[in-house]
Amino acid sequence: MPSLKDLKNRIESVKSTRKITKAMQMVAAAKLRRAQEAAEAARPYAERMTGVLSNIAVSAKGNDDAPALLKGTGSEERHLLVVCTSERGLCGGFNSSIVKLAKEHIAKLRTDGKKVTLLCVGKKGREQLKREYADLFIDPIIFEGVKRISYGEAEQVADVVLKAFEAEEYDVVTLFYSEFRSVVSQVPTALQLIPASIPEVEGEAAAATQYEYEPDENALLADLLPKNVTTQVFRALLENAASEQGARMSAMDNATRNAGEMVDKLSIQYNRSRQAAITSELIEIISGAEAL
Amino acid sequence: MADTMQFDLVSPERRLASAQVASVQIPGADGDMTAMPDHAPTITTLRPGILTVDGPDGQSQYVVTGGFAEITAAGVSVLAERALAREDMTQETMDDIMEEARTMYKSVKEAFENEPGPVDDAAKLLSDMVAMGDHMGLTAKE
Repeated sequence: MPSLKDLKNRIESVKSTRKITKAMQMVAAAKLRRAQEAAEAARPYAERMTGVLSNIAVSAKGNDDAPALLKGTGSEERHLLVVCTSERGLCGGFNSSIVKLAKEHIAKLRTDGKKVTLLCVGKKGREQLKREYADLFIDPIIFEGVKRISYGEAEQVADVVLKAFEAEEYDVVTLFYSEFRSVVSQVPTALQLIPASIPEVEGEAAAATQYEYEPDENALLADLLPKNVTTQVFRALLENAASEQGARMSAMDNATRNAGEMVDKLSIQYNRSRQAAITSELIEIISGAEAL
Repeated sequence: MADTMQFDLVSPERRLASAQVASVQIPGADGDMTAMPDHAPTITTLRPGILTVDGPDGQSQYVVTGGFAEITAAGVSVLAERALAREDMTQETMDDIMEEARTMYKSVKEAFENEPGPVDDAAKLLSDMVAMGDHMGLTAKE
């Protein structure tokens, strides 16, 4: 049975923990709003980009000299997995779920006898993957201290990927991130970056607009495809940022609630033992007085 | 014929402009062009230059450093990597952009020593930037 003083200390410490988690939840809520706005602001560009690309890609796919970024290198032996995670913890299962998906992919690719390389974006994913796959790493990209993800950060990641692809180090590049559905639901997602996965346009819409290209199709594609990679990375980073804050918000909400319940339970225990002490003192006094 | 069309200027980070306009002058990679309503569907890349829009409240100008434009009969959408209103373009931003273009030119020159293609492209980009600066009355520092 803990003493009264111990109980009191315990209650105080749980209360201050509750204050901290509550504050973190509120900060995450504010950041989430900003992250969501950023993700929404980036949407028109990404949509347009995909629209234009799928338009050109339809007509270019038949060509034998279509860029490798679109049709691949012809083999599927060497895989680069870009795993985007957060820089900070305390956000529930956010990082673990991305890492778990990546691990599944690694295991599958390895049983198929493919060569796998890992590029970690973000500190937390690297920490989790380090134990098992440290030999697969290439230099990670860490955005520590970056407050707001901007296009520049996405360019950094895309640069590394594109340079390695141009040097013919990899055949397939896949991006792992967490898609933001809502505050309570973030879905870890794998997106194939290279060769570009472009949604097919519906037959009629594609035939309806015949574009003129200036300069010619292939030059345009060569210009657009790297930009598309950057845009996709940018989108993934923004989705990730929103997901991270969402996951943190719900994790901290749970923590705050748990702490509240714990305080209630401890308070009852504290009151009971205090009352027990008073009662036993009274009994002692009364029985003492009766003995006289 | 419709006398206005939809014009959108978007950068990766935000939507800069969206309005009904009468015409748009686009600094295309192969030469300037002016798009008006019912233009033939065209996709073109951009060179660094000035985008002039004849909108409902007069003419407005934007500085773009590259990207591409999609023109359809119904409207024009410009996707620029970096775009800002001309009034916001200061000597300082100009210097930043020039600096970036120069560093890129240098690195390209080193990377592709014996291939003229990419080096020429970078050199063209650089001279386009200088021309754009001159046009706006901003000096491109050496």
